[in-house]
Formats: sequence, structure tokens, C-alpha cells
Amino acid sequence: MGSGAHVNDSPFPVAETLCPVVANDWVNDSYKHLILDAAHGAIHAEPGQFFHLLCPSIGENVPFYRRPMSIYRIDRAQGRLEFLYKIVGRGTTTLAALAPGEKLNIFGPLGRRFDFETRCRHIVQVARGVGLATLAPVAEAAGQLGIRTTAILSARSPKHLMSIEYLRSTGAGVISVTDSEGTSGVEAVEDIVRGLIEKEGGDFLLTCGSNRLLQLLQRLGREYGIAGEVALEQHMGCGIGMCFACVREFRAPGGGITYRRVCWEGPVFDIQEAVSW
Amino acid sequence: MVDMRVRIGEIELKNPVMPGSGTMGEGLARVMDLNRIGAIVTKTITPDKREGCVPPRMVEYKDGSLMAIGIPCKGPDHYIEEILPHYRAYATPVVCSVSAPTVEAFGQLAAKLSVPGVSVIEANISCPNLEQDGKAFGMDAEASARVVRRIKESTDRPVWAKLTPNVTDIAAIAQAVEAAGADAITCANGMLGMAVDVENFQPALGNITGGMTGPCMRPIILRMAWQVARAVKIPIIGSGGMATARDALEYLMVGCSAVQIGTINFVRPTAMLEVIDGVEAFCRRKGLRAARELTGAMVPRREFKEQQVA
Repeated sequence: MGSGAHVNDSPFPVAETLCPVVANDWVNDSYKHLILDAAHGAIHAEPGQFFHLLCPSIGENVPFYRRPMSIYRIDRAQGRLEFLYKIVGRGTTTLAALAPGEKLNIFGPLGRRFDFETRCRHIVQVARGVGLATLAPVAEAAGQLGIRTTAILSARSPKHLMSIEYLRSTGAGVISVTDSEGTSGVEAVEDIVRGLIEKEGGDFLLTCGSNRLLQLLQRLGREYGIAGEVALEQHMGCGIGMCFACVREFRAPGGGITYRRVCWEGPVFDIQEAVSW
Repeated sequence: MVDMRVRIGEIELKNPVMPGSGTMGEGLARVMDLNRIGAIVTKTITPDKREGCVPPRMVEYKDGSLMAIGIPCKGPDHYIEEILPHYRAYATPVVCSVSAPTVEAFGQLAAKLSVPGVSVIEANISCPNLEQDGKAFGMDAEASARVVRRIKESTDRPVWAKLTPNVTDIAAIAQAVEAAGADAITCANGMLGMAVDVENFQPALGNITGGMTGPCMRPIILRMAWQVARAVKIPIIGSGGMATARDALEYLMVGCSAVQIGTINFVRPTAMLEVIDGVEAFCRRKGLRAARELTGAMVPRREFKEQQVA
């Protein structure tokens, strides 16, 4: 564990907790920002980990399983956890209906955290869409340790760009690219990443949320001999390694392809072992 | 003080609540004290290494799910060296679930896994029988009996036979495994189902078919447990859709000596503890001194008699 990690010596570090909702506001037309009062969960959580949320049942929307949600912000001082999510299915639809004061059952923290603290001086993170939520806590933790972060944010249009101010407040450099401005193509992003590696000392690659960006960073990582990590998503059952429903394909160390559980071996994986989809 | 101990053949459990095979793992030890549950039941071990089914592996419904996981397994040596040691710290007995493609392979695997730390062998006979065109052993009374007989020859551990619900007459299968020497019966596994992803004109599961489990299955598996209880004398461990203590009480009252909590562990990881506490509270409320008094405690309703109407 890196120097920024909180040491957790509880015999039962993973817990189910009922957390009051502090806020659950729209960020744009499809994303909401959920803030929970979660003293226990906030204390133990680390960047890259997730919580498994028991979304309420409303009308025809009855999510049986929990929904995994990566942590957008860990506010240990105020005992708060923040999540940034896009409304896509039954679970996020009912999550969006939660009002301040209502309680949400969360289970966690779960999964493998990002491991960057002792491995780099300048993190280059490239996020598309909601992938930003997963990478944002790295920028904050890195900033506190004096590690530089440059975040390349990719979105459909400028109004879909989120968290630029928050990321800048952590000390991160922010470069935004969008489809509508024609700046988000792989070649354009490649030029930016190459520049950061060659001229700015970029020495660690992080990504989440885009297959083509994963492929790009894998290629550049191999070319420059730079390590990196990717956070992956998958539909989950239990979230704690028991049901084996959330597997994805990975390159096995000895060659060939193997399945790994996103909830247990991940959701953060070595960038070169991930198989693009 | 309620005596929560139950006896399954020669094994005594501190209480009647345990996980269903494949619904717990080492991760649960980070959430709760595994000394509190009646038994630890490990995920099925096969003789060969298996990656499991192609994803997607799960379809969710309002009150249950369809899963096709395919028993991913790193083999018996990995189990003995890497998985079993996680459970050494607990006084709770370990039930080792096994599955194999042939009768002989079942026997060899059970022998290999009868190591210190394994208290019971549970035969998962819901897997396809390669000697019978892939039809599950558990769908055939004679094949089920042959598996149990072969495992009994190869181990001194008690053998529990976990039946499949995908049969016409589960009582006949239960009688066959009892006659073959099974020490107890686990009733039952998931029911075969399928789903279609209509947007993409594809099967929703990578494996096409899967096992339906969860609360929606409870009335059907409960009925089977009742039928099995009437047909055999060996203990029965109910396993099907239980989420609460009330659900477990149903299984105990129709004749089960213990229960396995399965799919709900994925949603409420401490569900087993709630069931243990709830069964104990129920016994206190009803003035029962021991949880074992619940087994078969369901009494018949008054029968209809014409003269009472007249």
C-alpha cells in the first residue's frame, strides 16, 4: 500500500451502512452528483474502490441486486462520500429519485484501489464520460502527495464536460476534448498524450470509460515503456468475489486469455493486461 | 436460551444456517465472523481447471436471477493449498462441494479432497454426465445413486447429495441416493431457465441456459423439500430462495434439519446472521427449547368433514 493509504485494521473492514443523502443534484441532462453522509465508509475508502449500492425499488423499477458505483470523492474531513453517475437503467433511475434526508444502504468499500503513489511523478489520466468519476479521486490524492496530474477529459460536447473546476482545485492540469468541437479523435488525443510524455515527464497512464482510449494508452504505454492502470466496469452480483458473475477477459501472465472478476481482482487492473472490448 | 445445535448424521452444527455452495467466498470473512454460521460450504471443485461460462453470466429479475457461471475452478490442489487455509482460523466445519464428469472421477476427487479441514463432501450432481450425453447425473435416479455409492467408497467423510430440481419426481431421486448411502440430502440446486436479449436478437446469457435462483424460487423448492422429507429418513438441508428467518422456518417446518442461504448473500451479505437470530427469536417466542424441534413441526390443517357442515 502506498504512503497515502489509510491503514485499516478492523477485522471486518467491509460493511453495510445506511447513509443519509446530503444532496443528489443534476450536473447536466444525464448525470447526477450524489453526496452521502458516510463516516465509516469515507474513512476506509481509497481511490479506485467502489461501493455496492442497494438502489430503492420504485414502481416497475425493482433492482434485485446492488449496483456498483466507483467513488468520485472521499471527503474524510466531513465524513462524506460522493458519487457521479449517469442515469442508464433501473438502478440508476431509482437512485436518481433519492432526496436529501432519505437513506441509502451502501456496502463497501470494495475492490482493488489504484496503486500509483510510489510509481510515478506525473500521472496522465484520460477519461471519457463517467470514467472521469473513477479517476477524479486519484487527482486529489496525487495532489496531496505532490504528484503532478494532467487530466484529459473527453465528452460529446462542452456542456457534457464535468468537474473541470474540481480537478483544477486539486492542482491537476485539465485538457478538455469534445466530439462536437472535433478535438476528441484518437489521433488528436494521441498527440496530447505524446506531448505530455515527451515534454512534461508524464510517466504513468490511467484511463476509464473508453475502449478506444484504452487501446491508445496501451499502445503508447508499450512504446514508451510506461506503466499504467485501467478501471473497468461490469454488471455485478455480489461485489465481493463470491458469485463470479462480473468476469471479463484478461491477458494471462503466461500467455492466453483468462477470466478475472472485476469486483475482486479489480476494478483497477494493469493497463496492459486488460483486453479491449 | 435456545439450543440452536442441529445434527446432520454424525456431524453436529452449532446452528442450522449455512451458505449454499457458490454463494460465499473468502471475501465474506471481511464482512462477518464466519464462526457464527453453522457450516462453511465452499464453491464446487472439479477435477480439471475451468474458466467457466462466456459472459454475460447473469440476468436480473425483480425477485431473483438467472445465472450461468459454469463452475470456474482452479482444481483440487489449488483448493487444498490456497482456499482451505482461509477457513482454518474458524471452528466452523467445512463442507466441500464437488463435481465431476464421470462416476469414477467423482470418487477420485472426493478421495483427494478428504483432507484435514474438510468435514463433509457435498456431491453437486447437477452437472452434466459425460457418460450419458451430458444429461445431469441428478436427473437420473440410477446415475445419482452410482455417484453417491462411488464417493462413499472413497471417503470416510459424510456425503451429502445435492439434488437438482430439474426432475419430474424428486422423491424418487432422494430415495435412490438414500439407498446408495448418502448421509444427507441438500434440496435443491437452481432451476434451468433462459432469457433472450431481444434488442440484439441474442440469448441473454453466454451459456444460453442458466440456473434460476433467488426468492422467486422458494415456493417450488420448498414443495420439493416437503416431498423429499416424506420420502426419506436421512436429514435434509433445504436450499431454495430463502432471504429471511421466516423463509428458513418454512423449510425447517416441512422437514429440513438445516438450511442453506444462497442468492440473497449477494444482495445482503449478512443475511445468514439475520436468519440465525430470527430463528432463535422465533423459538423463544414459541417456547421451543431447541431449534431442532422445528424440523417437521408443520401440523396438518383440520380435514374437511361433511357432518361438521351439516
